[in-house]
Amino acid sequence: MSSLSRRAALQRFGAMIVAAGTTGLVAKGPRAQQQAGRIIEIEARRFRYTPNEIVVKRGEVVTLAFRALDFPHGFSLPDLNIRADLIPGQVVPVRIQPMHSGRFAFLCDNFCGEHHEEMSGTLIVET
Amino acid sequence: MDRRSFVSLAAVGGGAVFVAGLPGCANLGGTDKTASANFYFVQLSDIHWGYKGPDNPDAAVTLGKAVATVNALDVQPDFIVFTGDLTHTTDDQAERRRRMTEFKRIVADLKVKDVRFMPGEHDASLDRGAAFIEHFGATHYTFNHRGVHFVVLDNVSDPGAKIGDEQLTWLAADLAKLDSAAPIVVLTHRPLFDLAPKWDWATRDGAKALEILMPFQNVTVFYGHIHQEHHHLTGHIAHHSAKSLIFPLPAPGSQEKRTPLPWDSAMPYKGLGFREVNANAQTATYGIREFAVVRA
Repeated sequence: MSSLSRRAALQRFGAMIVAAGTTGLVAKGPRAQQQAGRIIEIEARRFRYTPNEIVVKRGEVVTLAFRALDFPHGFSLPDLNIRADLIPGQVVPVRIQPMHSGRFAFLCDNFCGEHHEEMSGTLIVET
Repeated sequence: MDRRSFVSLAAVGGGAVFVAGLPGCANLGGTDKTASANFYFVQLSDIHWGYKGPDNPDAAVTLGKAVATVNALDVQPDFIVFTGDLTHTTDDQAERRRRMTEFKRIVADLKVKDVRFMPGEHDASLDRGAAFIEHFGATHYTFNHRGVHFVVLDNVSDPGAKIGDEQLTWLAADLAKLDSAAPIVVLTHRPLFDLAPKWDWATRDGAKALEILMPFQNVTVFYGHIHQEHHHLTGHIAHHSAKSLIFPLPAPGSQEKRTPLPWDSAMPYKGLGFREVNANAQTATYGIREFAVVRA
């Protein structure tokens, strides 16, 4: 997909994306918690995300709080034009607000070993 | 295979068109090795030496059979390229080196000794290309052959599937020496365009490479990674992926998971193979002829 079509896809999905930093706890304090929305903790280890199925409501603000255990895995959600490097020892928050319902694949996009191709999951956006 | 089944790409003006079964394609065949502009090379890809699994129960002999088929071609190619994933990855660094040594021993049986290698992510991503360089040399380089400028790009030594700014600068400097009409062939492992990002079939900074290549009128890319034949245009730049020698993968984005197509014991090696590329530097056209692992 060209950068142009990626932008178009982004506009189509109307996603608001903020990678809120790469260290410390996610959403300290009430105001920060409001901005972060619901927090879903996700563990990344060879060769699996846990959970690997994430269910959110359309328009809901959610922060995905990643903890990589064994490798600098990646998190890529191409349909929403989101990606992040997941540094072991850090909580990596990724804030999303998907505006369209559907099933969207995500994957590790940092090659992490023999079963790297199997490290994937699905974001399910319900109406 | 009938030469009518060639797929050829002809640059026309500022654009490019796909033409299947071009009349006269047979003339592109590499039968005249003395001509200054016509030649052919063979592309093999995604061998995954060391793989053990149900998706290719014949993995231990598939490469050897392909080497025999290449050696049996009526006219030998000018040179041979392997576009990455020579070996199947392993965390064991000694085992990785053992697989590379075995791979080299098998392909040493090729009659043609001008063989060019490049890494895939299975070869290079876990150690940033260290073992590959020990066994095969540089991961990115250029060479010229009968009027065509070949550029080998490494988009796998960075585990994040990036070419990287340093290599992109090198690419721009290399191309700056060329006329904008020069015939250029790029050899690489991953697609330089976003073929299927949800399957990791992309290069994260591939758009930057294409931006550097775009001013050149005659650019063609041959790559691997996706274990199937695929043809695509970004502007006037043509991209042709090759089949693998281990297991085929589904069509880009055709299903939720990129799981290998199952081995068919009734049709061993179905979906696997290699290709010859018939180049005409004067017209910047490339005829592609696909071969099965074992000659029928």
